Amino acid sequence: MTKARIDARFAALKAEGRAAFVPYVMAGDPDAATALAILKGLPAAGADLIEVGFPFSDPMAEGPPIQRAAQRALAKGMTLKGTLEAIAAFRAEDQATPIILMGYLNPLVTWGFEAFAAEAAEAGVDGVIVVDCPPEEADPLADALEAHGMALIFLTTPTTDDKRLPTVIRRAAGFVYYVSVAGVTGVKEADAQAVAPNVERIRKASGLPVAVGFGIKTPERASAIAQVADAVVVGSALVDEVAEAVDLNEDVTRRVLSKVESLAKAVRFARRVPV
Amino acid sequence: MNAPARPNDYTAYPDAKGRFGDYGGQYVPETLMPLVHDLSAAWAAAKVDPAFQAELKGYLTHYVGRPSPLYFASRLTEHFGGAKIYLKREELNHTGSHKINNCMGQILLAMRMGKTRIIAETGAGQHGVATATVCARFGLPCVVYMGAVDVERQKPNVFRMNLLGAEVRPVTSGSATLKDAMNEALRDWVTNVHDTYYLIGTAAGMHPYPEMVRDFQSVIGQEARAQIQEAEGRLPDAVVACVGGGSNAIGIFHPFLNDEGVKLYGVEAAGEGMDTERHAAAINGGRPGVLHGNMTYLLQDREGQITEAHSISAGLDYPGIGPEHSWLHDVGRATYLTATDAESLDAFMLLSKLEGILPAIESAHALARIGDIARDVGKGGVVVLNLSGRGDKDVATVAAHLGRQI
Repeated sequence: MTKARIDARFAALKAEGRAAFVPYVMAGDPDAATALAILKGLPAAGADLIEVGFPFSDPMAEGPPIQRAAQRALAKGMTLKGTLEAIAAFRAEDQATPIILMGYLNPLVTWGFEAFAAEAAEAGVDGVIVVDCPPEEADPLADALEAHGMALIFLTTPTTDDKRLPTVIRRAAGFVYYVSVAGVTGVKEADAQAVAPNVERIRKASGLPVAVGFGIKTPERASAIAQVADAVVVGSALVDEVAEAVDLNEDVTRRVLSKVESLAKAVRFARRVPV
Repeated sequence: MNAPARPNDYTAYPDAKGRFGDYGGQYVPETLMPLVHDLSAAWAAAKVDPAFQAELKGYLTHYVGRPSPLYFASRLTEHFGGAKIYLKREELNHTGSHKINNCMGQILLAMRMGKTRIIAETGAGQHGVATATVCARFGLPCVVYMGAVDVERQKPNVFRMNLLGAEVRPVTSGSATLKDAMNEALRDWVTNVHDTYYLIGTAAGMHPYPEMVRDFQSVIGQEARAQIQEAEGRLPDAVVACVGGGSNAIGIFHPFLNDEGVKLYGVEAAGEGMDTERHAAAINGGRPGVLHGNMTYLLQDREGQITEAHSISAGLDYPGIGPEHSWLHDVGRATYLTATDAESLDAFMLLSKLEGILPAIESAHALARIGDIARDVGKGGVVVLNLSGRGDKDVATVAAHLGRQI
């Protein structure tokens, strides 16, 4: 399965004529058991693909919400290995929803790319996003993931111009991620008008679906992006729900999944124009 | 990593991909990649442009106060009874350390690139002060990121930066120290891609910074090489410098790299001791990994999470080290020793009393090993130590450790 699961999911969504909703959750946030309960509840709440963050001490491209989520997870002892264990537990119940692992390079360097790739594939990971591993540095990791049927998902941004785009998508597989704003996660707001031509440009050049993330917080915004993109990623707004539920002593799982439901519904009924 | 072969020409690095052997590289988010490529191109052009070099030399001479003297420390030499000890007096530069060499070079480059806003990170505040200084001189707005913990323990430097017109932003994320200040500066850069220049203070981070900062700091070694030949008619037997990120060390080492007879010693901060967790010695107590855009030796746990550095010296209090040092260590061209907080305090007081020079507590780490090295080289030999900064800023820290009120 693995990368094939991503391709199958996007093909099915294309047939339905709608964009995917992709929630991002941090492994181990606020603790391992609750994070796993959230993960397991995501498909029923409307997730078409899932991004699972693994925590890193120095997440240089994240805004405060995901920085704090990583710190909560690390404080509870979450590791990359623990993240894969959670994914394996999810996979035992759901073989259809693609899982994309997202984080920073150093934990992978520490593990060793080949050994990590073998275990990640075994756990049921389909793709990996590494924020601080640009295409120029990506070959060793991409080779290891490919050998185990997984995709290294590449990021494109507002600074990725036409001259640079071929470098970025050279080894792209699964889908291409478009970072909708120049900035860190969860701060600036994405503008569907500005995003649309970039999505089109990247889709055409790569022949792959384009997922848009960074700066999508509300159902309204998610709906607007869903009309122009193949997938809508929401992360910071969800990890903020974790933080608030903990602060207010509420049921974390229920609060996060209810937010996911409202966002997923917005994406599902956005009815983007077929491409 | 395999032990790499020693190259024929040490100065031929980094390669086109910004690598010193396995180390270095450009591990940055995609948003920044076009910017670091632009910076590489701008630096490559400026480096060989005589007009740029002449302008820089002018400011280094008349504003910074270069060349800095190479001073024969006769009483220190006598004290140890070994090789003659010379001090490269970088502490006499404007702003009191070698940091200004790099800041002057980079601000001229930033203006050449048409950038209108400068950001920087700082630990103790020395690089922040040097950056604020050149920004004041050239009338550019300056934002300095500084860990909230450091803001609290370095109040005089925060005020100095404010006097120079810079805005100091305390960073509360992570461990609220230098590495977090660097994370926050990178977050600013990724957000303000069009007008902002990130003025990194050490020979670390993503390519081209390790190469560019080294080149700006190499003026130290070029001068020292000429000055020691003038004074002694020969090259030194050893060159010694403290290493945090490693910009003063690589600056004095680099012009000697191909002189294989000149031994190179870097001294890392051992904090409370290498047998404790509380140190800042990336090479002696860490292993290779990726942080802040480069592959290099890092302090980290077994999961690859970066751990906190500890040193009495805020300027050495960083969990990484410049990638060229990692490579020089692996190929065996330079030797990396350590000095504890206590040894460095002793060296601080020794130099103050014997030579009438208060060294920066950073530089005192190098001084803590100079006796061993001078004795090892022996009488008739010559060693050069980079006195990278002055110690006035450390007087309160030293007093606190002596249990004295000032």
